[in-house]
Formats: sequence, C-alpha cells, structure tokens
Amino acid sequence: MSTPIDVATAVKGAAPKAAADPKDEITLIANKWKNKRGSLIMALHDLQSRVGYVPRESAMRLGHEMDVPLARIYEVVTFYNYFKLEAPGKYVISVCLGTACHIKGSAELLAGMEKELKVREGQSTPDKEYHLQAVRCLGCCGLAPLVSVNGKVYAKLKTNESHHVIERIQIDKPMAEADHESLAE
Amino acid sequence: MKPEELEVKAAAELAKQQAFDVRLFTCSSRGCQSSEALGVIAGLKAELKARQLESRVQVNGSGCMGLCSKGPLVRMTSKTQKDILFSEIKPEMAATVVEQVVVPVLEGKKIEKPGGDLERHTLDLNDPFFAMQVYSVLENNGKIDPEKLDDYIARDGYKALRKALTMSAEEICKEMLASGLRGRGGAGFPTGLKWDLTRKVPSDVKYIICNGDEGDPGAFMDGSVLEGDPHAVIEGMLIAARAMNATQGVFYIRAEYPLAVERVEKALRQARAAGLVGKNVMDSGWAFDFEIRLGAGAFVCGEETALIASIEGKRGTPRPRPPFPAVKGLWDQPSCINNVETLANVPIILLKGAPWFASRGTEKSKGTKLFALTGKSRNNGLVEVPMGMTLRDVIEKIGGGTDSGLKIKAIQTGGPSGGMIPEHQFDTPVSYENLQQLGSMMGSGGMIVIDEHDSVVELAQFYLDFCVDESCGKCAPCRIGGTQMLHLLNKIVAGTGTAEDIKTIRKVAKAMQKASLCALGQTAPNPTLSALRHFEHEFTERLLPVATPKA
Repeated sequence: MSTPIDVATAVKGAAPKAAADPKDEITLIANKWKNKRGSLIMALHDLQSRVGYVPRESAMRLGHEMDVPLARIYEVVTFYNYFKLEAPGKYVISVCLGTACHIKGSAELLAGMEKELKVREGQSTPDKEYHLQAVRCLGCCGLAPLVSVNGKVYAKLKTNESHHVIERIQIDKPMAEADHESLAE
Repeated sequence: MKPEELEVKAAAELAKQQAFDVRLFTCSSRGCQSSEALGVIAGLKAELKARQLESRVQVNGSGCMGLCSKGPLVRMTSKTQKDILFSEIKPEMAATVVEQVVVPVLEGKKIEKPGGDLERHTLDLNDPFFAMQVYSVLENNGKIDPEKLDDYIARDGYKALRKALTMSAEEICKEMLASGLRGRGGAGFPTGLKWDLTRKVPSDVKYIICNGDEGDPGAFMDGSVLEGDPHAVIEGMLIAARAMNATQGVFYIRAEYPLAVERVEKALRQARAAGLVGKNVMDSGWAFDFEIRLGAGAFVCGEETALIASIEGKRGTPRPRPPFPAVKGLWDQPSCINNVETLANVPIILLKGAPWFASRGTEKSKGTKLFALTGKSRNNGLVEVPMGMTLRDVIEKIGGGTDSGLKIKAIQTGGPSGGMIPEHQFDTPVSYENLQQLGSMMGSGGMIVIDEHDSVVELAQFYLDFCVDESCGKCAPCRIGGTQMLHLLNKIVAGTGTAEDIKTIRKVAKAMQKASLCALGQTAPNPTLSALRHFEHEFTERLLPVATPKA
C-alpha cells in the first residue's frame, strides 16, 4: 500500500513552497499525484490551493507532466464549480445560497454586496481587491445567512449588512493560511 | 493492537479522565468554529493555566451538540454535580465561565443554574430540544474530543470491529439485514442487502466507498458526523469491508468541508499508528487501508455512478444501471457506496445487536435519523430522533416552533429531490414510506421550516434553479426538461404564467421522472409537484387573469 498523501493541505493552504521556480512547483504537484490513479481532481485542488485559481499555462504543464490530455483537464476544470479559471481578487467573498440561507434572505444579501462592490456575482473588482461569488451550502445552516471570506465566516447577518461586511473585511483582513505567490504567466 | 488491548487502553484512558474533577467540551465543528470556538478553547486553557487548575480541569474540543444557532456551546461535566451546557460563549467570556462556575464547583459548591452574566448563556438540558431527542449516532458528541482516538476507545470504540473480525462475511450481512438499517443518504435501500449483493460478486479487488458529498443545500448531518466522530465512520467502513470482502476503502468528501477532511485524515493516522488500520488490522493478519478523495462542487457527484466517475478523475456524469456498482463500480470493480450516517450506525448495531436496533422505529423504518432542522425554526441545528416520532413533535416540541410568532406553513424535506409537507400533515410519524406518501421523501435529512410569509412557489423555483444549474447535461430529459420547467416556473413567479403553463409543467415533470438517467433529473420536479399538490392556490393566484368574454 502506498504512503497516504496529506489531503487536508490540498484543500486549504499549501505548505511553504519547496522550489522557487514556479515551473518546478508544477513538477512537484505532478510527481505527488501522478502515481495515484484518477487523481487529476486532487492535483487541480493542490494547484488551486497554492495559486488561488487554475492558470491555463499551469494546467497545460500539469497535463503534460501527468500524461493527461489538455482536453481532459479542460473538461474537468469547467465541469466542477470549485475550480476558478481566472485569478480572483485578494478577498474572495462567498455568499452562501443554501436553502436555509435562502429562506433567511441570502438573495438580498448577495444583491446588496453586488451593489456595494459594483460588480456582478462571479466577478472581481477592477482593483482585484475583492471577488464576489455565490456558493452552495457551506453547512453552517444554524447560523444563516452567512458569508465566508477566505475561510472566515461572518454569520447571522441581516440582509442589509453588506456594507458592514466590507468594513469588517478591511479590519480583519482574513487570508487563507498560505501566502500564495502567483503562478500567473 | 491486539484485540484484548482495547480494554486495557479504555481503562487507562478512563483512569486519566477520572483524575480530572471537571471536564469541559467546547463544540469545535465547522459552525461553532466560525463563531470563534477555538478562541473559547484557548481562553479557557489560558484562564485555567493562570489559576494553576490545569491538573483538575480538562479542556476538550467536541462534536456538534445540536443547538447550532446558539453556538459556541460548552458542556461542563463534573464528578460532583449534573452537567451544565453553556451557549453563545465568546472567547472573552471564557474567564467568566471559569470564575463563576468552574471554580465554585471545584470548591464543592452545587450550581443548579448559573446566575449573573451567565444566566442568559445557559441552556436547560430538560428542554424538549434535548430531552426528546434519542442520541445514538450523536451519542459521543459532548463526551469525546473527536481528535483523540483514546476518547473513542474509552467509550467502547473498535469493540464492534473486534466482534466483526470473529464473524464470517455472511454473518455480518445477516446481522445488518436483521437490524433493518436502510441507507441514510435518501434512497433508503436496505444496507444489509446492498452489502450482501456486493459480497456475492467474486473479485480480487473490491471497494467500500463512503459518500461524504452531502450536496443537499441546507443539510450538514454528514459533515457534523465526520467532524464530530470520525472513528465511528472508519469503524463502520472496516466492518462493511469485512462483510463484503472489500480490499480498499475510499472516503469521498466534498471540498467545501475542509475540517471534515482534516478530522478524517487525523483519525486515519491515529488508527494506523494504533494498528487498527493498515497492514495488520487488530493483529488479525487482515490488511486494509483508506484513501481520501475530494469532490469539487458538483451536486450530481452525490449520485453513485457520478461519484465513481469523479474518483476516476473525470467529469461527474452518471451512467446507465445495470450494471450496478455492486457488480461494476470504481475502476470497473465491485463497489459498495454507503452514506456517512449509515456507516456511523454500523458499530452500534454490531455492538448492541440487531434486535436492539430494530426495537426502535416503525415496522419498515428502524432506528434513528439525523435531521438538520433549519429555516424559520426557533431551534436551529442538528437533531436525532427515532423513526416513528411525529413531525409535529420534531418541529413544535424539539424545534420549538418559530420565534417570529408567525404560523408555520410547511416543512421541506429531502432537499432538491424532496417535497413540501403542509402543517395539517404534521401528525404523520417520520418514516421512509410516510414521507414518500405525502409527496416528499426522507432524503439525507435536511428539514427546512417555512412560515406564512414564505412563498412555496419561490421555494420550488429555488430548488429547480439549483437542479438546472447542477445538471450534468448528459441526458436530454434532465438537461432540456429542467430548463423548460424552470422557464415556465419563472414566468409564474413573475406573474406572467398561464394555466396552460401549469399543465405543461406537469407534462414535462412526468417525462423527467420517467426518462432521466439518474435521480437528479428524476427527482428535480418533486419540489414543484409537491408544492402544486398541497398549495396549488399559491400558483393559480399568480397567474395572468383570464379575460372573460362579454355577455
């Protein structure tokens, strides 16, 4: 039986990078996962957790190193909602649209955030400070409605509290665990 | 670990626990962590250290204790008095908890009900929310730290596995069948039968897969079990593996649950180090290990064959059945996919026996069920009730009704595959059959309470919109039918729908139910159909007025 791989880090932030050269990082990821059958999705999680999204060039290199056709990478990365194809803003604001949150007014909350940030859902602000996205149920339904910013949850919100959330973000400055350097080309 | 060592380890851990006069359990599940539960734990530790009480008071994390809307919850257990459950404890209040309750208790005082600052931060354990629940799967929550293997062993952990290792595969399947346990993911297929069907397929490679995708919006039972009692699920899977001669275990957990992934990984590391998982399980000579695979935000991957495709690194699209996964599953090998809650029930059944399990519930629905009681319910959170309890007891007694004073209109169960159950049907006992007869289904356990201000038409639209978004697109009935239905439903919500549109909705729904490739398409019409069945007037009053011909 092969040595188990630390999956938890693949989801959250990655450990400090071992290689300075971004290209070597792709090789690191590929070597970690290529001997496990069907681990393309895990490798993509690994990549996204380091960079914040799945850059096209990196995806191509990953495919090459893992011997997976680019078409296969593309079909997977466009199917699953979790993978982002464009660099998101610094603060990724996820408004939960699960049923409990919906009943408690998350649609108004989202509309308020769109107005506040002057972007539509799925877009980043021009200064790349914020990215606004709607997500499916985060599983904290007892605290509905809520918003998650880089993993930090602002819960039991009132539907007109969008401005307050933005203010809190500027105070709390929530960041994902690892400080990512961009692999963007 | 040798089998007889379980008692030794359990005794050693219990002795360690007995050395403490007071033990504190702070919920460290996802929801409470987002309310700074980890800060509470740090605060408690710091205060106890400052007072040099660390040898007398133990601070632990805990699984979900149920009343999520009042979190973070802290449970105090002591040798000298009854338990106290604190609610909405912020990190700054940790010192107050120690000063006003823990210290007096250590000094021998009896605290019936905390006063002062903590009066509004204490829950009554005799409240129906707690007293009417029947804890079985959630039994360990508030009593073990989910990150400590020894805590689990001290509460009879892995004894069921030890028993299973002395039984044949057939015997285990028989026991599971006799218990009446049915799949808790929603379909309710008899677990013992599923295991037996997989057992009967000869193969050198066989997989037991835990379905931790929990894609239903508004459901968080499985996530809470994985976070709160991961060893129970691991033990359940090991027993399942013995029942069908599986050779490898796989956890499939949605990516939106990083804490669950972390807890399961930690538990597996502990189990391997203790010889409960790996090359020589409990010194039996049997080798078995697990892999974890993540989902990536696709609701359809909760469906068995789509889940398999996802583990294989492909788009999560289902395939026709037969062949069923039991015959041809992951990597074309026989595979059994079980829900998290189903697996968590397994050790209890082996330990206490099938007749014990079957003594609870109705004739065809045995045991208990976890529900995520949310929406406009006064008490919002995770509950465990026996099958056969009436919906009214769940919603009005355990749930406490609403806190707005508004009347409850209905509940929605079964998520996007389920339906609405109006208030006048609340005297129905909870069971797979009863909920299906009412036009809904048990589903995975989401139970959303809606009041008289909520529109069932808009809720039906919400669910259908979800299904259309999540449709994989492979089969026409779901891809095209869903879009057509949603277009018409949007018209009705906007006030431009007609009676003809409702007729078309019913026709398209029927086609989707009969012809879709998987349960996503087959059940996507359910919320709309059940809303039409019980609340047709809410639809018709939104229709365009029909011009009456002049006399």
